[in-house]
Amino acid sequence: MDNEAIEINLLLEAIYQKYGYDFKEYADASMRRKILHRLELFKLSNISEMTHRVLHEQEFFEILLQDFYTSVTEMFRDPSYYQALRKAVIPILKTYSHPRIWVAGCASGEEAYSLAILLKEEGLYDRSQIYATDLDKNAIKKARDGLYSAELLRKYTSNYQKAGGVESFSDYYVAQNQNAVMDPSLKQKILFSTHNLVSDDSFNEMHLISCRNVLIYFKKALQERVLGLFHRSLCRQGILCLGAKESLHFTSHDDAFETLMNHEKIYRKK
Amino acid sequence: MKKSIEKNKWGMVVVGCSSGGLGALKEVLFPLPSSFPLPIIIVQHLHPEGESYLASYLDGHCQLSVKEAEDKEKIDPGFVYTAPPNYHVLIEKERTLSLSVDAPVVYSRPSIDVLFESVPPFMAKHTIAILLTGANNDGTKGMLYIHRHGGLTIVQNPENAESSLMPQSAINAVQVDHLLDLEEMAPLLIQLSRD
Repeated sequence: MDNEAIEINLLLEAIYQKYGYDFKEYADASMRRKILHRLELFKLSNISEMTHRVLHEQEFFEILLQDFYTSVTEMFRDPSYYQALRKAVIPILKTYSHPRIWVAGCASGEEAYSLAILLKEEGLYDRSQIYATDLDKNAIKKARDGLYSAELLRKYTSNYQKAGGVESFSDYYVAQNQNAVMDPSLKQKILFSTHNLVSDDSFNEMHLISCRNVLIYFKKALQERVLGLFHRSLCRQGILCLGAKESLHFTSHDDAFETLMNHEKIYRKK
Repeated sequence: MKKSIEKNKWGMVVVGCSSGGLGALKEVLFPLPSSFPLPIIIVQHLHPEGESYLASYLDGHCQLSVKEAEDKEKIDPGFVYTAPPNYHVLIEKERTLSLSVDAPVVYSRPSIDVLFESVPPFMAKHTIAILLTGANNDGTKGMLYIHRHGGLTIVQNPENAESSLMPQSAINAVQVDHLLDLEEMAPLLIQLSRD
């Protein structure tokens, strides 16, 4: 093994032992990129120096933690996915009196709000409960605030329309300074909370779990464990939605689900 | 210490291109025989909402099998892998591919720099990096990285590139090993694959 790989292992082990956050089963390549990027920004000479600072300066650790968390999403990302939800999933959810939906790894909340809008337009929102979780408490705070940069609105509006939106997207937010503040009514049925997919367990029986573009950050073994957690958390015939480039194929859970919409990676527990 | 015996000098080819890339890729890949032993991983800048047509299009024009990269997929010889629209592709030390939705780099996702710089150091010295036509400077940092780690760098001659900015930017920053026109690339790759 080269020195760099050893140093990264030691850094992640130090973080785990000192602060309890376990990144050892995250996919190496993306972690390595984030670590080297921080190394360059802070002009540190090597990763061992970074490990030293992580151990001795909590503030430094917090910065690195934010680097690890950063992932970028948007409202109605992959509009065709939301079209598929309208067509194939909403009719199933309508058969439940109180659908429970878990957005696992919700980051700053964009997907949770998109789902809330969708449920509203389908007349299902008032009797639904959305649980939106992420391990990053700062992201959860941002999600709760529901405050997004106005620069992004054009993109979001266009996504919304392509996703089959039937209203005007501007009905769902109020422009305030440089920001869009999401309509408070959208938050009533969303419970934002921290939850760590690596270490926390199931917390309710769900009718739908959406976990999009989270598993790609995990190594195979952790992917398997998290899929097991989702399987345990879903009711019989519950629905699992993964990211466009994620799949149950070649995992041990393939047989436990049937495919509802292959192209959009929507599965149903047997 | 484990002693690794390297049968071949080169283990992998990574390719980056942007505007004008489709035509350039066709010219580079088409002459490669189905027996070409090195896996090839490609980042071609795409519109984020574009359909994943690139792999199927190239597959129809190449003797090698071309497919879109899947998460944690094993990198196999005889295959060409393309980055899906709106995802970065990275290389894991287990010789598998990973996808990520991290922020765009040089306004690009997929980004050429992200792919090239993801090659672990011990693999980089066995990696051939190729940069083709393009209208921004994504790929320059990546070429520098491959060069510094002992890999081989090949850049399309900017004079004959559809967009010269990307190859020119790399040439300005890196002492590249080969400056070639498109039709010269496949013969060199075939020759290198025998080293």
